[in-house]
Amino acid sequence: MDKMPAWADAVLVPLISILLAAILSALVILAIGENPVEAFNLMVEGALMRSAGWGYTLYYTTNFIFTGLCAAVAFHAKMFNIGGEGQAMIGGLGVALVCLFIPFPHWTVALLVAIVAAGAFGALWALIPAYLQAKRGSHIVITTIMFNFIASAVLNYVLVNLLRPQGAMDPATARFPEATQLPTFQDMFATADNPLFRGSPANVTFFLAVLACVAFWFLMWRTRLGYEIRAFGHSESAVKYAGISPVRITIVAMLISGGLAGMMALNTTMGEAERLVMNATEGAGFIGIAVALMGRSHPVGIFLAALLFGFLYQGGAELALWTNIPRELITVIQALVILFTGALDNMVRMPLERLFVALGRKDA
Amino acid sequence: MTDTAPAIELKGISKSFGPVQANKDIAMRVMPGTIHGIIGENGAGKSTLMSILYGFYKADRGEIFIGGKEARITDSQSAIAAGIGMVFQHFKLVQNFTVLENIILGAEDGPMLRPSLARARGVLKQLSDEYELSVDPDQLIENLSVGHQQRVEILKALYRQADILILDEPTGVLTPAEADHLFRILDNLRSEGKTIILITHKLREIMEITDTVSVMRRGQMTATVKTAETSPGELAELMVGRKVLLQVDKSPAKVGAPILQIENLRHVDSHGVERLRGVSLEVRAGEVLGIAGVAGNGQSELLEVLGGYADATGSVTVNGKPLPLTGTGADGAARRKTGIAHVPEDRQTEGLIMPYTAWENTVFGYHREPEFQSGMLMDNAKIREQAQDKMTRYDVRPPDPSLPAKAFSGGNQQKIVLAREIERDPDVLLIGQPTRGVDIGAIEFIHKEIIRLRDTGKAILLVSVELDEIFALSDRIAVMFDGQVMGERMPNETDQTELGLLMAGVTERPGGDPIKAVDAALEQKEQREASQHD
Amino acid sequence: MDFMTLLQVLDSTVRLATPLLLACLAGLFSERSGVVDIGLEGKMLAAAFASAAIAAVSGSVWLGLLAGIVSASLMSALHGLASITFRGNQLISGVAINFLASGLTVLIAQSWFGQGGRTPSLMGGGRFESITLPFANALRDVPVLGPIYAELISGHSILVYVAFLMVPLSWWVLFRTRFGLRLRAVGESPEAVDTAGISVVGLRFAAIGICGLLCGLAGAYLATGLQAGFVREMTAGRGYIALAALIFAKWRPVYALWACLLFGLLQAVALRYQNIDLGGITIPVQVMDALPYILTVIILAGFVGKAIPPRASGEPYVKER
Repeated sequence: MDKMPAWADAVLVPLISILLAAILSALVILAIGENPVEAFNLMVEGALMRSAGWGYTLYYTTNFIFTGLCAAVAFHAKMFNIGGEGQAMIGGLGVALVCLFIPFPHWTVALLVAIVAAGAFGALWALIPAYLQAKRGSHIVITTIMFNFIASAVLNYVLVNLLRPQGAMDPATARFPEATQLPTFQDMFATADNPLFRGSPANVTFFLAVLACVAFWFLMWRTRLGYEIRAFGHSESAVKYAGISPVRITIVAMLISGGLAGMMALNTTMGEAERLVMNATEGAGFIGIAVALMGRSHPVGIFLAALLFGFLYQGGAELALWTNIPRELITVIQALVILFTGALDNMVRMPLERLFVALGRKDA
Repeated sequence: MTDTAPAIELKGISKSFGPVQANKDIAMRVMPGTIHGIIGENGAGKSTLMSILYGFYKADRGEIFIGGKEARITDSQSAIAAGIGMVFQHFKLVQNFTVLENIILGAEDGPMLRPSLARARGVLKQLSDEYELSVDPDQLIENLSVGHQQRVEILKALYRQADILILDEPTGVLTPAEADHLFRILDNLRSEGKTIILITHKLREIMEITDTVSVMRRGQMTATVKTAETSPGELAELMVGRKVLLQVDKSPAKVGAPILQIENLRHVDSHGVERLRGVSLEVRAGEVLGIAGVAGNGQSELLEVLGGYADATGSVTVNGKPLPLTGTGADGAARRKTGIAHVPEDRQTEGLIMPYTAWENTVFGYHREPEFQSGMLMDNAKIREQAQDKMTRYDVRPPDPSLPAKAFSGGNQQKIVLAREIERDPDVLLIGQPTRGVDIGAIEFIHKEIIRLRDTGKAILLVSVELDEIFALSDRIAVMFDGQVMGERMPNETDQTELGLLMAGVTERPGGDPIKAVDAALEQKEQREASQHD
Repeated sequence: MDFMTLLQVLDSTVRLATPLLLACLAGLFSERSGVVDIGLEGKMLAAAFASAAIAAVSGSVWLGLLAGIVSASLMSALHGLASITFRGNQLISGVAINFLASGLTVLIAQSWFGQGGRTPSLMGGGRFESITLPFANALRDVPVLGPIYAELISGHSILVYVAFLMVPLSWWVLFRTRFGLRLRAVGESPEAVDTAGISVVGLRFAAIGICGLLCGLAGAYLATGLQAGFVREMTAGRGYIALAALIFAKWRPVYALWACLLFGLLQAVALRYQNIDLGGITIPVQVMDALPYILTVIILAGFVGKAIPPRASGEPYVKER
């Protein structure tokens, strides 16, 4: 018996959670002696009122869509993949290797090959935790945390000792060749009369992310594999009865999850930095957890949540620029969103359920 | 009539869980130094009532008197203080603690463990001698047999100086020999003046040990009688409310060629215990082979092996074609392709994905069939359409394919599973506990469907712990005990007594004491399991 | 490597193992009670900031320590609210707490001190001074044992000694007291505790309280003992290493000591040497960084001994019907 209509669960709970997070964040801003309304106006101004602001917002959104989908695939299979960050790092390594060592004639070819490389490297990094979970019962949360740190060490080693150009100081690869650099929104949409998206990093990868959302929907709700992944997430014993291998589903779901995280690197490396730097992921792997929780692991929700976090990220950068509020405000908001949509879910849900039960009685 | 106050008196106890009224205006008196039985079917509200008495739930209304004084039992703490001890059906023991540690948990003498443990050791020794409750105080719980774990639970209550002991279905997990020992213990406790409430659904136990008995039905207490003045027949009637006649109209089976042939099937579980020990069976076209047995004697494992999700050795053939019993090809999907359909014992954790819609569930296990695909995608429109059709024909109520499985009643859930499995036109149907938790109306429907399928010439393997159901449906009955088939009988050539002995591992009607023969068989089973367990 | 260098590396091992050990024991109490805590990092970070900030403002390291304990305990209370009271997902709550601490510390630091998310450097009474044990100087010249006593054992701040004393203390509490018995029971079988008339919620909150206290000590040591002030993200993954150590130690206090010393040694070596030359094979510093995690994964995989967590850990307790 359902106490609450499905739409309320899908829409109201996340909305109330974000509202609570917003109120608490406003209090934090007040507490450090700033004006929350002005801060919000500044964020909107900086992130949404100019095309360059949108260019940054959508750039971040792209990252968060990929990592959000990454977390969501795992959630559907009842796994918690905290390793998006590490998988994205290693994905970046894949992108860097193909971009640096294959002479591409055109960015389209480079992008296609890099998609495969990013996905494969990311997936590979998820494979060991997945295997250990499926075959040895090692808890995937702990192993993926460990693999984040291992990824960071691997990347550090590769950048410092192997890929760093001679004489360079910072741990980063050389610049990627011209032909691998992806067209930005500025390249695509700006004209001489109308200089749109000037200097902003949003690029063609954004469309890839949107495409990933669509593909994700088809995968989860229209294919046999998605049917099996969701079934596995609900009941492992039922899946065994039906002749679906839990080992296969665990591994495949994690490969897809890791692959999606890896693809995030396309945006940060080929799309923006045009080289691989040490902290290219900037914590986007973790934000994916918040995005997936808020978006209820549904692509539409994930897209909207990613957009929201893109706005917060860009708006937060503007705040840091013009006020005394550091960017870390966004980390706080992110924490609150995770807390309310993920851990304090019941606190938000229980009063709502009571409300609906009361309303239901009145109707009857 | 004496003037002693009753040890326990309940007045007007009511308790609801949402719309379900679990206990309705219940009154009960139990005199000290007696064993009082509470009998009723599953879901009659017995356990809820006892959980209220133990402070696990709070009654909506009603009063509890202990030894004549009103007791306010709000939690387990106050129940313990009132002298009530409870042995739950599922033991509440810390597995990797010793017996002694479990005994003192919550009843320690002070902040340090050492003195508590020392005193408990002494008390335990005394209690063990007094009540035949011997158990090694330094052994870890996980190393004890179920019967010994139960003793620890009783000792826990006695250590807390309980005068009233509630036992919830204590024999469900025990072998008859262990059950007999338990009854001896209860008898000792009674003679020491303890008051005991025994919850069970087994009539035999009530008749054997209790002084008085209350019958519960659908949340109400329908009668309280002296055991000596009643009969099993009367109690049964009071329990069920009306005589349920499990009669299924069926014509004699037209038995054809063998379809499912099982030879020397062996299966070892994850603990290393052999659960199937050389099972050989044959099911022919157009017949129902019923597997009778007490739960936990290998029937579930037999279904799992045949259904493709447990490994085994031996041979299984369908229409003469051997099935792989391990490795690739030994999975549920492959089994379905060879014409085996399977209605599992537990529809909620195996047969259905509860949050999935009814239409999604109607293809579960068959979702890779080409007819449900269009290109790379699943043909959801078509799946919905056939789901609607199935639900109408199998009278699933409400006939709405977009409702999640969890929104249907047990009977209607079972019909969804049954429709899915039968409609694939299998050669072999495996069906486990077809009517567990199913309402009377749906039982009749499900039984008719099984017979209808039989009459179309299918081979049906039926597993049920309900002997009545086995008798009503089977054309042949095989009895399993301890992973082996003890014998096969024709339903019209045997009776419940003979099957009962077979179910306890006794193959011939013994000349001497039948109880002794049963005990010996069970003793053997337990020793084997204990020695194989790693 | 000469004897003095070895002593210096071991000395630094002790210092680096201290926050790990405190956090590891914090996690041990929490997880033994059935509450998984991946928020150790955040609690330590919050405590590091609070202790440095208060010590900087008040000039008293003891007030700083108190503030550190209070702030870590608040984070613990939040974790308890989410995972015990509202039966939320313990893992997600832990993740949220890590981010909350990471954001709030910088935010408040910037607002209070305006130094880019750090506190002013602590001086004098704002730091824990190292303690010279009796006769340390007098015995320095005794061969071998003298330097070991004077360099390795003597000369640490009080929190180091507290941390090491916490090991036998934790063992004693867990295995010799009524509280410990109940705490271990609630992590294995909350229903046994509940039916014995003991409050599951109360016990778990008590465990989480101890966890907060110990994380507070760990964070305070980082900011006021190991270093002189707070800088952003100064825990640098120590909370996760402590978590790894906890698994490595199979949730046992004495093993936790060895695990933390091992991981502390790895950190000390990585700090002192960039690359280690082992007879022709060069071990890059990144291997040292990654080794705690790699070792933990190997343990988790069950190839070398099996790490079995408390049976009820991670599961909110719901009375069954």
